[in-house]
Amino acid sequence: MSVLVYTENFDGKFKKLSFELVCYASALAEMLKTGVTAVTIGKVDDDELKRLGNYGAAKILSVINDKLTQLDNQAYTSVITEIARKEGASVIVLSNNNTGKALAPRIAVRLKAGIGSGVSRLPLSLDPFTVYKRTYSGNAYAHMVIRSEVRILTLSQNSFDLVEKPTGATPEIYNADIDGALIKTTVMETQKQSGRILLTDADIVVSGGRGMKSPDNWAPLVELATLLGGATACSRPVSDEGWRPHEEHTGQTGKIIAPNLYIAVGISGATQHLAGISSSKYIVAVNSDKDAPIFEAAQYGIVGDALKVLPKLVTAVRELKK
Amino acid sequence: MKILVCISNVPDTTTRIRFTEGNTSIDTAGIQWVINPWDELSLTRALELKDDPSSGVKTVTVAHVGPAGSEPTIRKALAIGADDAIRVNSESSDAYFVAAQLAGVIKKEQYDIIMCGIESSDFNGSVVGGMISEFLEIPSISAVSGLKVESGAPVITREIDGGKEIVTVPLPFVAVVQKGIAKEPRIAAMRGIMMARTKPIKVVDPVAADQMTVIAGFEKPQPRAACKFIDQENPGLLIDLLMNEAKVI
Repeated sequence: MSVLVYTENFDGKFKKLSFELVCYASALAEMLKTGVTAVTIGKVDDDELKRLGNYGAAKILSVINDKLTQLDNQAYTSVITEIARKEGASVIVLSNNNTGKALAPRIAVRLKAGIGSGVSRLPLSLDPFTVYKRTYSGNAYAHMVIRSEVRILTLSQNSFDLVEKPTGATPEIYNADIDGALIKTTVMETQKQSGRILLTDADIVVSGGRGMKSPDNWAPLVELATLLGGATACSRPVSDEGWRPHEEHTGQTGKIIAPNLYIAVGISGATQHLAGISSSKYIVAVNSDKDAPIFEAAQYGIVGDALKVLPKLVTAVRELKK
Repeated sequence: MKILVCISNVPDTTTRIRFTEGNTSIDTAGIQWVINPWDELSLTRALELKDDPSSGVKTVTVAHVGPAGSEPTIRKALAIGADDAIRVNSESSDAYFVAAQLAGVIKKEQYDIIMCGIESSDFNGSVVGGMISEFLEIPSISAVSGLKVESGAPVITREIDGGKEIVTVPLPFVAVVQKGIAKEPRIAAMRGIMMARTKPIKVVDPVAADQMTVIAGFEKPQPRAACKFIDQENPGLLIDLLMNEAKVI
């Protein structure tokens, strides 16, 4: 028995979410009185791999295979399930990001396992195995019992604190035997933004809504985000209008994020918007309407015109940085 | 070419969720039921492809796992433009069971492209689409924000961390669809609503499948502390609070 955690690497590097996963798996392994095996697919150098051991991974497996350079859901599923069987994993933990969502359901069927997706806490009980799971877009949380012998969990990003727990584990190479014919996905083109903090990774997010009045007014919002080392986001009407790219849309049908600080500027806070941001640790709202629902979700609020308040916030943060 | 769009019947997204029976199920009184928003976008894109003769898409079918009570939602999908529908007559409370049912439908009827929303707005599972593909042992692409068919092959936009990829896979495959797949959901016109009345909904019995999960109970999210208001002339105080009280900057 063990807990297997799939730690995705991003061009050979781990991100905070990878370490969150290991910390979660490690705390879970403690509950189950077992150890954690971390697995990653693709070339990662030894020093980077060892970082997984800082958070409690007792075994670190690095799968290197020149056929596995692009995400192919079937091939990746085969590798992870093969390792899960060899390790006798009773729980497999993945991120609730795009890759985790692509792989977890396939792994579940292959291992005849139930999934607890988007968990943000450790299981409420081990017998029956009960997870605390976000439902109704954050309007309710379910206590969900997973009845299968093997369980798959996907962890929401930024929901579990990092705790160092060095194991000193030495990374091992795992040789996966992959039949090339199994790989069905052909990647024809890759477009990547570089140098920007990703919305889903950001600890601080500054987001604009219709109260920004025009796409030409975004400069102080972007500046505030940059000064705070954060990312920019927007509400659905803003992305629908084409004022901002759709990648920035946070809300029920857009990105669901949980930063430490979410600053909503000129956003009224419709249910659908709150569904995407309600797990943020702190929410700040700036809105001209004192009755706007966003103030019910926020811990700090300023009633005022977004375009007048923003420059003042920028000045205040600049003063602080001096 | 045939497309199957899997649809889920969910409470309207503005519904205030309340529970009954000792917090083990939701109170359905007064709930307006709708097509899950991502499934509605999938259906819209499927119909756009069918409208374009060069895509080779000839029919768009919708499939649903649920009791007879969900037929109004299926009719709505037919009114929007789906050609026909299949309903697996069963409750749908576990993703594994639902995916097994839909896989059963697909095995029998054979589709080239199967479209599923990336999650349902009730259980937020992000599970069913991927499970269907594994039951059928066919390729799946998740986080699909664009889908075209060129010379009989799918051209798929897949969202990845910090970017996107253009990929293709052999047919049949499951597209797990997210925002961006269609601009806005297509709305049923009066003509569509009239035509939907006579379009066929085939009802099939469920196949034997395991149920891997059970909801033991629900709880409401913890209420947040009341908002602390800061005067708009004094934003420096906000920054101070964020730094020294919340300690987030």
